[in-house]
Amino acid sequence: MRKLSILLVYLIFFVLILAPLGQMALGAWENGWQGFADVFARTDVQHAFWVSGVIVVIVTALNTLFGVLLALLLVRGTWLGRRVRQFANALVDLPFAVSPVIGGLMIILLLGPNTALGTFFESHGIKMVFALPGMVLATLFVTFPLMVREVAPLLQEIGTEQEEAAYTLGAAPWMTFWQVTWPSIRWGVIYGVVLTVARSLGEFGAVLVVSGNIINKTQTATTLVYQEVENFNFVAANAVALALAGLSVLILLGLETAKRRKEVRKHASS
Amino acid sequence: MNQRLLQGSLRSLVLLYFAVLVALPVFAVYGKGLSLGWEPFWQSVTHPLALDALWLTVQLALLAALINAALGTLTAWVLVRYCFPGRRFLNSLVDLPFALPTAVGGLMILLLLGPNSWLGQTLTSIGWEIVYRPPAIVIAMVFVTFPFVVRNLQPLLEELDPAEEEASYTLGASKALTFRRVILPALLPGLCGGTLLAFSRALAEFGAVVLIAGNLPGQTLVASVYIFGQVESYNPQAAAAVSVVLLTLSFLLLFTMNALFGRRTAR
Repeated sequence: MRKLSILLVYLIFFVLILAPLGQMALGAWENGWQGFADVFARTDVQHAFWVSGVIVVIVTALNTLFGVLLALLLVRGTWLGRRVRQFANALVDLPFAVSPVIGGLMIILLLGPNTALGTFFESHGIKMVFALPGMVLATLFVTFPLMVREVAPLLQEIGTEQEEAAYTLGAAPWMTFWQVTWPSIRWGVIYGVVLTVARSLGEFGAVLVVSGNIINKTQTATTLVYQEVENFNFVAANAVALALAGLSVLILLGLETAKRRKEVRKHASS
Repeated sequence: MNQRLLQGSLRSLVLLYFAVLVALPVFAVYGKGLSLGWEPFWQSVTHPLALDALWLTVQLALLAALINAALGTLTAWVLVRYCFPGRRFLNSLVDLPFALPTAVGGLMILLLLGPNSWLGQTLTSIGWEIVYRPPAIVIAMVFVTFPFVVRNLQPLLEELDPAEEEASYTLGASKALTFRRVILPALLPGLCGGTLLAFSRALAEFGAVVLIAGNLPGQTLVASVYIFGQVESYNPQAAAAVSVVLLTLSFLLLFTMNALFGRRTAR
C-alpha cells in the first residue's frame, strides 16, 4: 500500500511534470548547440526578452511598493472602518478570479483606440494599447493580489504591540516602519517579489490581448513562444520556452529559500 | 500638520491606485457587455458557439478539478506521511506549474503528446487522439492547477493529531473506516477549497489551452479562447458579454470560497 502510493506519486510527477519538461529540453537541442545559439542570435528574440525584462522590472517595483502600502492600509488602517476594509479585502482577490484574457480585454475596453481615455492619451502622444503602458497595466492587474496576500497575514500576525511601544518611545512613523515592522515582514515581501517576478515574466493571456504581439515592438518572450508554435517553428519555440523554464526553476529555488527564511522568522518570533 | 497632509495624500494615492487598477477595469467589462442593453447581451451570450464554448469550459474544468482532487490528495498524503528518497525534490516540484509560464506548459504538453513525438504517434496508432481534442484540454488544465489541492491539504495533514487516528484504531475501526470518519472530515475544508480554486483557475485558463486545444468552434473552443477570438476579430461587445458570464461565475466561486473557508484557502 505504502510502496504503491509512493510509486503512484512518482508516476504522477513523471507524467505530469518531468516527462513534458524533458521532451521540451530534448526538442530545443534538436539542431544541437548551434541551433540553440542561432535562436538567441535573432534580434526579435533578444528584443522579446528585453520587453519581458522591462515589464518585469516596472511591474515588480510598482507592485511591491503599492502592495506593501495597501497591506498596511488594510491591516492597520483603523480609520477606514471595519466594513470598508472587509470589502476592500474581498476586492483584492478579484484578479485571481479573472481570466488573463479578460484582464487584457479590460485594458482594451478602458484605454482602447475608441474610448474616451484612449483618445485622451492618444492626443497627448501616449499610446496605451498595443504598446508598453497597456502591457504593464495588464500585468499589474494580474499580479496585484500577490504582494498584498503575502504581507497582510504577516502584519496581522505580528500585531501592533511592538509598533505602539516604538511610538511611545517617541519614534516617528517612518522610523517605526523601518526599525520595527520591516524586519518582521521582510521575507514575506521578498517572497511576494519572487512571486511577482514569476507571474509577470510568465504572463501570457493578458499581454497577448493588449500587446497585439507585434514583432520587435510589443512581443514578449511568452508571446514569442506562442507565435513560433503557430508558425510550426518548434526549434525556436522550444529554445525560448526552455530558457523561460530555466528561469522558472531559478524562481522556484528563490521561493523555497524565502519560504524557509519566512518560517524560521515566524517560529523565532512566536 | 505637514506630516498628516503627507500621510493623507499617501493613503489616498494607494486607495486610488487600488480603485483604478482593480475595480475600474471590472466595471468596464460589465459596462461594455451590457452597454447596448439586455437584448444584444443575451444574443451574444446565447450565440450557439458562445454557449458551446461556455458549456465545454465548465464541463472540462469540472473534470480537471475532480482529477486534481484525487491526484492532489494522494500526492499530499504521500509527501506528508511517508519518508522516501526524493521527497523534498518532489515537494519543491509541486510549485513548478505556478512558476512556469502557462504558454510554456502548453507547449510542453503539445510536444509530449503531439503528432511529432513517439508517444503521440503510439497513442494515435491505437486510436487515442489526444492533442487538439478535449482530453488535451483537460490535461493542460490538470497541469496548471495541480498545486492547488496539494498545497491546501499539506498544512491540514501536518496539523492532524495522530492520537485521533490511533484512538480510532484502538476502538477497532478498520483503515478504510478511520480514513472516512476521522481523517477525511479534517481534510474536507482544504480539499473543497483546493478543488474550487482549481476549478475556477481551470475555467479561466488560456495560455496552456490555446496551444493544444485546436480551437475548433463548437468542439474544442473553450470560453477564454472564444473571448480572445472575438477581441481579435474586433468584436469587443461579444467578447465582453461572454466575459461577463465567465467573470460572474468566477466571482461567485471566489466569494463562496471566502465565505466557506475564510482566508486560508485563497492564495
